[in-house]
Amino acid sequence: MGNLIYNYEEAVALILFSVGFVTLLFHRNMIRKLIGMNIMDSGIYLFLASMGYIYDRRAPIVEGGDTNPVNYINPVPASLVLTGIVVSVSVTAVMLSLAVRLYERYHTLNLDEIYAMSRRRSEHR
Amino acid sequence: MSFIENLPFLSVVVFLFAAVVCSVLKPRAARAFTAAVEALVVVFSALTLFYTYTVGEPFRYNMGHFDAPWSNQLRAGVLDALAALAFSSVLLLSHIGGIRYAKIDIEQKKQNSYCTLLNLIGAALMALSYTNDLFTGYVFLEILTLSSCGILVIRRQGRTTLAAARYMVINLLGSGLFLLGVTLFYGTTGHLLMEYIKVGVENLDATGEYSIPLTVTIGLVSAGLAIKSGLFPFHTWMPDTYGTATPTSSAILSGIVSKGYIFLLIKIMYRVVGTGTAAMTAACHILYVFGMIGIVMGSFWAIKSKYLNRMIAYSSAAQIGYIFVGIGLGGDAGFRAAIFQVLAHAFTKPLLFIAGARLSEASGDSQAFSALQGSAHRSRAAGAAFAIGAMSMVGIPTLAGFSTKLYFAIAAVEHGTLVDLATLAVLAVSTLLNALYFIRTVIRIYTPSPAPEPLPTFEPSPDKHDPGLAAAVGFAAGILFLGIFPGTVSSLILTGLSMFG
Repeated sequence: MGNLIYNYEEAVALILFSVGFVTLLFHRNMIRKLIGMNIMDSGIYLFLASMGYIYDRRAPIVEGGDTNPVNYINPVPASLVLTGIVVSVSVTAVMLSLAVRLYERYHTLNLDEIYAMSRRRSEHR
Repeated sequence: MSFIENLPFLSVVVFLFAAVVCSVLKPRAARAFTAAVEALVVVFSALTLFYTYTVGEPFRYNMGHFDAPWSNQLRAGVLDALAALAFSSVLLLSHIGGIRYAKIDIEQKKQNSYCTLLNLIGAALMALSYTNDLFTGYVFLEILTLSSCGILVIRRQGRTTLAAARYMVINLLGSGLFLLGVTLFYGTTGHLLMEYIKVGVENLDATGEYSIPLTVTIGLVSAGLAIKSGLFPFHTWMPDTYGTATPTSSAILSGIVSKGYIFLLIKIMYRVVGTGTAAMTAACHILYVFGMIGIVMGSFWAIKSKYLNRMIAYSSAAQIGYIFVGIGLGGDAGFRAAIFQVLAHAFTKPLLFIAGARLSEASGDSQAFSALQGSAHRSRAAGAAFAIGAMSMVGIPTLAGFSTKLYFAIAAVEHGTLVDLATLAVLAVSTLLNALYFIRTVIRIYTPSPAPEPLPTFEPSPDKHDPGLAAAVGFAAGILFLGIFPGTVSSLILTGLSMFG
């Protein structure tokens, strides 16, 4: 329990990840699924960002000739978060375009209803 | 440094360059350019394979002017190059094999975009084959997922959009788990380059520290990649996805995209975790159980299917199960069987999809078995190609499927426990079930149609000048090579495994 409180940022990150994961898996609405995916990814980025920050250290920009790495935080997690955000944005764009197409064709965003409609139209043949 | 050591990097970059160029080319030029680039990468991969086999050790290619661990790195050994060779060959053959249908299924103004997507898939597969960096693996994994969704949804017919949505949802679940696993690896070891993570993981394994987080991390990465590759029970997207896409897309998705994920998983098991660690053993056991269930259930649903493309798709779920059983058995024999199955399935399934499309075309564009009766007489080349693919899936000697089953049996008996019996029993049952639905299909397509004038609209003459025939010959040659010279391929795989870790 003590560890959980000490690492509260990581714990929150994992809770966010779980909320997003369950939403993406179980919600039937495409837009809610998409929001779930973004929450899930944000959880991971929070995890990375909190891991990258070390208390009482400076931003990783050399000042006053101090090249001792012990005085700086690790810049790599921040760059990983940035890369991850770019990936998330691309995936979100593709998923939104799929949602638009589904709505145009079936006039609903509920995947269960869409699936039932598709079966009635025998589209899989 | 030999010039050949640049080829893995060039394989990725050439595909990326071609993807950009194709977006401004006319459709015909884009198709020709893409095929030329795919052929060029086949040559690059073959040269890399020859070089690494001759030298006898892998080479590393640093990017960013710094040595590891500060640079991004590619690493090429025999197995990496063999995977790249198989992926690029199947990509080329699937592309030219399905050109005829891509022209019909895809709008004229989007034909060049389709080539762009094929090139992006090529780039992602080359990167997954050669990368030595986990986060680069994640980025290209997502590029592969997005471009796969693109080649699926580009055919605006039937339920392709719904199939793409389901495909994306399952894949995003897998990606999320994988990314969390990568993050935890980075958190526990401080590295993203695979070999450096392995040093950290081995230290933790030896001291017993962080054993639960380590097991969770390995579980997350394995589960993420298993979900993305369609392991039971996450295979439900397969029938819609493979069944509704244009044949080239079905061939690529089933033949190589899912294998790209599996290849990355095998690489992580060898190069990041190490096959001897305790956490690895736990992950392997779980994958083994789901693989076994997948083999039986996939075959069961394939038997129940009334449409050819859905039957082939369900059969893919069973074949993916085989690969995970090989991984679950572990050891060099288990991984050899898994990798052999990756190669055999990569050549067999696209052949079935492309031949199946031609048989369907000869039966009034219907995939229903009732309509396909006698189709092998209406399109002889497609009938023969389908028969070769189907016989290989069943495991007839001299074809790839037989060698695969042999290596699985060898891997199973090496254990000397109850696991052998279970694996051998499932292998036997699965062979029987495969025979049931594939041989039934072959008999059906060769049984003359009861109708007095069976669909006379189809002319068999296009067979002569269609690149589809050349592609089918290429796939069949691959299947025969794997079936007749399994020893050569096996020795390549074992050499590759010895320098993979």
